[in-house]
Amino acid sequence: MILTNEQKAILNGEKGETMAKVMKTMVMYGEAFEAEKLVPVTSKYNHLVTSFGLKVMSPVYDLMQKLLDAGVSSGQKFSVDPRPLDKNVPANFLQNFVFKHLMYTKQDFYEEQLKKLGLLNDNAFTCTCYMDEVGNKPKKGDVLSWAESSAVVYANSVLGARCNRNSGILDIMGSIVGYVPYFGLLTDEGRKATWVVKVKTTKKPEAQLLGSAIGMKVMEDVPYVVGLDKWIGNELTDEACAYLKDFGAATASNGAVGLYHIENLTPEAIEMGEKLIQEGAKEYVIDDKELERVKNNYPVMWKNPDASPKLCFVGCPHLSLEQLTEWTQKIEKALEQNGNRKIVIPTVFTAAPKVLEAFNKTEYAKKLENAGVITSYICPLMYMNNPLCKKMPVITSSNKLRTYTSARYYTDDEILQAITGGKK
Amino acid sequence: MKQFQGRVVTPGEVTAEAVVTTEGFNTLASLQMALQFGDKEVKCGDQNNPQLHGKPLFNKALCLPQTIGSTTGGLVLYCACAMKRNPACMLFANHIDSLAAAGAVLADVWVDGVSMPVVDSLGDEFLNYVKDGMKITVKANGIVEVE
Repeated sequence: MILTNEQKAILNGEKGETMAKVMKTMVMYGEAFEAEKLVPVTSKYNHLVTSFGLKVMSPVYDLMQKLLDAGVSSGQKFSVDPRPLDKNVPANFLQNFVFKHLMYTKQDFYEEQLKKLGLLNDNAFTCTCYMDEVGNKPKKGDVLSWAESSAVVYANSVLGARCNRNSGILDIMGSIVGYVPYFGLLTDEGRKATWVVKVKTTKKPEAQLLGSAIGMKVMEDVPYVVGLDKWIGNELTDEACAYLKDFGAATASNGAVGLYHIENLTPEAIEMGEKLIQEGAKEYVIDDKELERVKNNYPVMWKNPDASPKLCFVGCPHLSLEQLTEWTQKIEKALEQNGNRKIVIPTVFTAAPKVLEAFNKTEYAKKLENAGVITSYICPLMYMNNPLCKKMPVITSSNKLRTYTSARYYTDDEILQAITGGKK
Repeated sequence: MKQFQGRVVTPGEVTAEAVVTTEGFNTLASLQMALQFGDKEVKCGDQNNPQLHGKPLFNKALCLPQTIGSTTGGLVLYCACAMKRNPACMLFANHIDSLAAAGAVLADVWVDGVSMPVVDSLGDEFLNYVKDGMKITVKANGIVEVE
């Protein structure tokens, strides 16, 4: 790798031993991908994936402390993934005990570290930092040092920023040295599609199911999706962006997709069209039958597969303001149709603190509350990632949550019917 | 015995028993619960990977195409190394992915006294040949012996 004089000086310890190790980490990371150089991080803010003070992650907090003790800090302010706990979310005595005394014992300590390192503000905890209400929205062409797979794939695909699927810790190290290695999704070549995915469904495909199918098929490759604009349009409206947010999260968690192109919709696909497709790209056709096959193959991890759901999570990744509004309207209507006044399964909708703040100013907030739905800023994944939840029959429309926990996946419509009493 | 030549990502020599997945290795889903709740064998917790689910990973030669899933993957791998609960080595059929590379590099630079050799680009033939329980020897030059 060719380094500038400044980069060499840092690597040689001119800014201290810790900075040298941070630079060495970035250089070795780049060398693993034959990167020829480091390039400056150009986004205004960073976004980190590690938001949780899990006892098991003590080595991470020890490393962060080494950075703080050495006096290094992030060159950029940053947002970070959602907090793991919220007293509004239903939890029994045992769960509360496990959360507070066994799992998230480092939460307060770690949040203090984040503040010292450059946390944007106390409300900057969300996986959807790019929402207008949150304000960490990079520009097209910005080079990022982000982590959080769903945010990275959104930033690359929908916003046209450039970011590799960086791991936690590497994310902040990019901000500390101000450079990231130039490889993969930072390069024009790395952004070309090696798969053409043809959507031939007879109705609008469920975002999180389509994303899951594509993720599992293409793994870390870049797909160029044809035929989806027929269902979600040719403009990046709020509705289309929310769809792509959910779609992308599923591609990234069920596979390892960091960038996708949607023909006639996403910025690079509009600019370059089929020139984005590499010669010899493979093809994957998705029809109704294929989506059904994918859905039917999800393992059921509940202890009793016929159990009645005890909890429902919607909002992984976090919901947008428009999604909260739309869900409220659909729930009101479905409750009326099903002859119920309130939902019949405890249900938590999750969104960024700033999005919830905006939602709470609308007429819909009271309606959603009256229907019995709880809103929260937590990460459902962090809530469920413990053995107690394995026995708990949780349903969700998030394919990311399904992938990492025992939660069972249903489409949005199926969830709507289940929570409003339309399905026994 | 058969030899495969790969590329050294992080150096080292080790001999260990193979545990094999031909599907992507989801680091968070596989390791988090075992590390969190002190499973000394570090049994794989990834319900979506029937080849590995429930199998011990600690001190094994983990043979895989690549890692997938959450971008916490690298730091989870780093934690496993720092807690000395890591696989003996990681052997990739494909080019290493960014999350696994981050974990391997973080462990190499920031953890003292732990060696987890990582070799990639071993090819599809390696993953077709190697089976659970085979003896794996990793050489410093990236040669992997399977017997």
